[in-house]
Amino acid sequence: MGIEGIGARVTRKEDQRFVTGLGRYVDDMVVPGMKYAVFVRSPHAHATIKAIDTASAKAMPGVIGVLTGPELKSDGIGNIICGWMIHSKDGSPMKMGAWSPLATDKVRYVGDAVAIVVAETRGQARDAAEAVAVDYDELPAVTDAQKALEAGAPQIHPEAPNNLIFDWELGDSADAERALAGAAHVTRMRIVNNRLIPNAIEPRAALGHYDKAEDHFTLWTTSQNPHLARLVMSAFYNVAPENKLRVIAPDVGGGFGSKIYIYPEEIVCLWASKRTGVPVKWVADRTESFLCDAHGRDHVTEVSMGFDADNRIVGLKVDTIANLGAYMSLFSSCVPTYLYATLLSGQYEIPHIHCNVRTVYTNTAPVDAYRGAGRPEATYLLERVMETAARELGVSPAELRRKNFIREFPHQTPVIMNYDAGDYEASLEAAMRAADYAGFPARREEAKRRGKLRGIGMSCYIEACGLAPSQAVGSLGAGIGLWESAEVRVNAAGTIEVLTGSHSHGQGHETTFAQVVADRLGVPLDSVSVVHGDTDKVQMGMGTYGSRSGAVGISAIVKALDKVEAKAKKIAAHLLEADEGDIVIENGEVKVAGTDRSLPWLQVALAAYTAHNLPAGMEPGLKETSFYDPTNFTFPAGCYICEVEVDPETGVTEIVQFVAADDFGTIINPLIVEGQVHGGITQGVGQALLEGCVYEPSSGQLVTASYMDYTMPRASDVPSFLVSTTVTPSPSNPLGIKGCGEAGAIGSPPAVINAITDAIGNNDLTMPATPQRVWTALRKH
Amino acid sequence: MYQTTYHRPSSVTEAVKMLGEAEDGKFLAGGQTLIPTMKQRLAAPSDVIDLRHIAEMKGITVNGRDVRIGAGTTHAEVAEHTGLASVCPAICHLASHIGDPHVRHMGTIGGSIANNDPAADYPAAMLALNAMIHTSKRALAADEFFTGLFGTALDEDEIVTAVSFTAPEKAGYAKFPNPASRYALTGVFVANRPEGVRVAVTGAGEDGVFRATAMEDALSRSFDPSALDGITISADGLMSDIHASAEYRANLIVVMAKRAVQAANG
Repeated sequence: MGIEGIGARVTRKEDQRFVTGLGRYVDDMVVPGMKYAVFVRSPHAHATIKAIDTASAKAMPGVIGVLTGPELKSDGIGNIICGWMIHSKDGSPMKMGAWSPLATDKVRYVGDAVAIVVAETRGQARDAAEAVAVDYDELPAVTDAQKALEAGAPQIHPEAPNNLIFDWELGDSADAERALAGAAHVTRMRIVNNRLIPNAIEPRAALGHYDKAEDHFTLWTTSQNPHLARLVMSAFYNVAPENKLRVIAPDVGGGFGSKIYIYPEEIVCLWASKRTGVPVKWVADRTESFLCDAHGRDHVTEVSMGFDADNRIVGLKVDTIANLGAYMSLFSSCVPTYLYATLLSGQYEIPHIHCNVRTVYTNTAPVDAYRGAGRPEATYLLERVMETAARELGVSPAELRRKNFIREFPHQTPVIMNYDAGDYEASLEAAMRAADYAGFPARREEAKRRGKLRGIGMSCYIEACGLAPSQAVGSLGAGIGLWESAEVRVNAAGTIEVLTGSHSHGQGHETTFAQVVADRLGVPLDSVSVVHGDTDKVQMGMGTYGSRSGAVGISAIVKALDKVEAKAKKIAAHLLEADEGDIVIENGEVKVAGTDRSLPWLQVALAAYTAHNLPAGMEPGLKETSFYDPTNFTFPAGCYICEVEVDPETGVTEIVQFVAADDFGTIINPLIVEGQVHGGITQGVGQALLEGCVYEPSSGQLVTASYMDYTMPRASDVPSFLVSTTVTPSPSNPLGIKGCGEAGAIGSPPAVINAITDAIGNNDLTMPATPQRVWTALRKH
Repeated sequence: MYQTTYHRPSSVTEAVKMLGEAEDGKFLAGGQTLIPTMKQRLAAPSDVIDLRHIAEMKGITVNGRDVRIGAGTTHAEVAEHTGLASVCPAICHLASHIGDPHVRHMGTIGGSIANNDPAADYPAAMLALNAMIHTSKRALAADEFFTGLFGTALDEDEIVTAVSFTAPEKAGYAKFPNPASRYALTGVFVANRPEGVRVAVTGAGEDGVFRATAMEDALSRSFDPSALDGITISADGLMSDIHASAEYRANLIVVMAKRAVQAANG
């Protein structure tokens, strides 16, 4: 691996600039003549817009323009769409309501954008925004998905009667019913997966610049996928054709899914720039982030799992209602379907699975993918059911899981997925060893003497990462292909630029991607630069989400490197008068194997560009591109074990130990992978213990709209994690990478809740398990 | 934030005069409540009169067991004051758990008690310590000073200049922080003197900080956590919100009181 190659614990190249405040984010961008935008937003959860009067706002000091929905429509800007088609079980397509980037007829959630004000300063724009008079006719609102389905509920979109977007199923219902009917034991639960607000540290921002001279648009935006943003804005929103639109996502401070989507603000800033003739910058304040960033999760599920007399799972039936909020965000439809129901087999051999999902409009912020996206919901459900079943059946949670593990690969589940590789027993063993599982009863006794209730819980998760291949996602309804591209550009003096369609917003790509190149060519890490996030620089790309940058993005780099290596060897063979097959590249030298004949890497690169002496017919240059489409999803898996102590007087839960044993396949940089796991677990702990989005049910006002009420996890809320990895390489990509970005957030919530319910002896507990809830559960017991 | 005019007086008299001349002026202490409120445009004073540069309002003096803390003293200064810690460590402990380091280096004791946020820590200490609140006009006992939710006996143009108290034999503070904001979801300050025990509760009452007399009586008989066994607090009059119901707060009051006594007894 070398000291900087694959597997090396290299510190992150990008951290110097991040920790010294030299990162360049959208709000750092300055364009001559740039002005500031503030959005006028709905204070109501549901209302008809009777009139919008902008006259007084337009007369305010410094105001350059005040623009509204009808003007946007008259310029032909399209509605925002969901890019993944789902059909209901009756064959009808999902019922997508219109989402205008600026509301025209109705507002449907608190924060819905109604107008944009552009002014000389932010303060002036804000003053003028308050002067825009919107005449609303308030309507009753509904925030709860189950209530939205009830007769007489407020109707949010005319396109979706009863607020039902689709009623979808996967698997055979009758088969699953039969299996449950014949089961020796059935565990039934109602599982709520709490709604979360993403809270990336950098709020969303957009700087739209229309250059009249060139008739060309540039958008700087906080995006996880600038090419996808350009594609969607061109193809569907009619903002500008792709050749006249450049999208740049510079340093981006965290995404967690919330920056995948194309939101109203970036569309409107671009359009407003052309309308007003000035570059327009908007930066969300924290309140806007709370109100308008796509939220995550929000499922309510009834689940039944049947076991035979030997404790083997015979069937699983799942009925889920998923809240999609007021509008269908870009990938909102695939999250509770193909990213959820397809994972319901977990790590287990389950012969019959049926999952029914109803997605529902409510007067809340749109809900879309959030770290894990569908897979945390599936894992939480399965792993709570497994732990509960073990308690009901009187067997140890580990034994019940072991009995049901899938042990042969490839394994075809009844819910589409074909698991290619894994060793679940190995993760379980590693985790139990690290957790000293056998020593738990003694620790529980010791805690009891201190007046604390100690509990232990586990979670064996699996996820599907990579979000590819294209043909597969296409057949499931995706509107786009999900491959990745890379260009490896060797410069004449031997340094290397890697242009990738992946986007780094905290993942450390500038380091890991360079490590892959350094590993292959033996060049120093410093001589490799990673270029991303600009549609004018990078050929094309699908961006970063679904833990796909390693499995798909790096694989594209590897494929491009294959081509670079092959050409470099041809050149070297020619110069060294050797056989191409005898050439090896090692430590920055291109050598004839087994001899002392070699050329420095620099000289081969230079030869490619001077082109004075190349093999006959070879084109000059050393720069290769690859578009890589994998053969399957990847399937990271692992086992997490959480140990808690509950203070019975207050209900406070302290996580006293957290063990993670993950199988991510091949690991490029263990330091970065551990960081991803730490961050993921902390987010999962956030969901399990702290984070709960609360809307006031009748008014639809967001109660948890600031850090005064929305609890983000802090360093003091988590222990030092004990993390380790086992490795079964993925057979579906060249390096055997599986992906690690989401695992922590997927695997940890059920481990935490299983531990608390074990400690308090009451299984009736919903997330977030706040002190009050735990105290209440203790008293009911 | 809306446009506002900033003033920097160097004496209490000048500050009061400036407020009198302002159309809709506000005194600014550490700014940990007023500034965020202004940023959210929920407060829009025409003039802000900054009290942070008035020398006479600063500093801590400890004379035997007599303590005087200038209103402009930051939480960090209180937390780290060794003289104060030697006579009343509980108040240093309390100050060290307000907000975060940033807040503690900006926020002041005068600002905190003048605002009388129902979830602030200092009002409980003032009440339990039977402190005197000194203002630009008078001095009055904490019992008279705190008058309800965000309510004090202060006139519009009256400035808290200092607080003073005699350190009790023993004192302790136990706080159950709001998981999100880290304000007191329930905080209990106990102070033990030969003439009796005072117990003040913050974060829980619908009318702000209050004294828990039943617990005072019990602890006056025996200053030990076990003295509170069997005591229950009624949920009536307690706050209820997404973080804690009135019933949960009622439980926390007793639990925190026991822990405060335990802390006081070392």
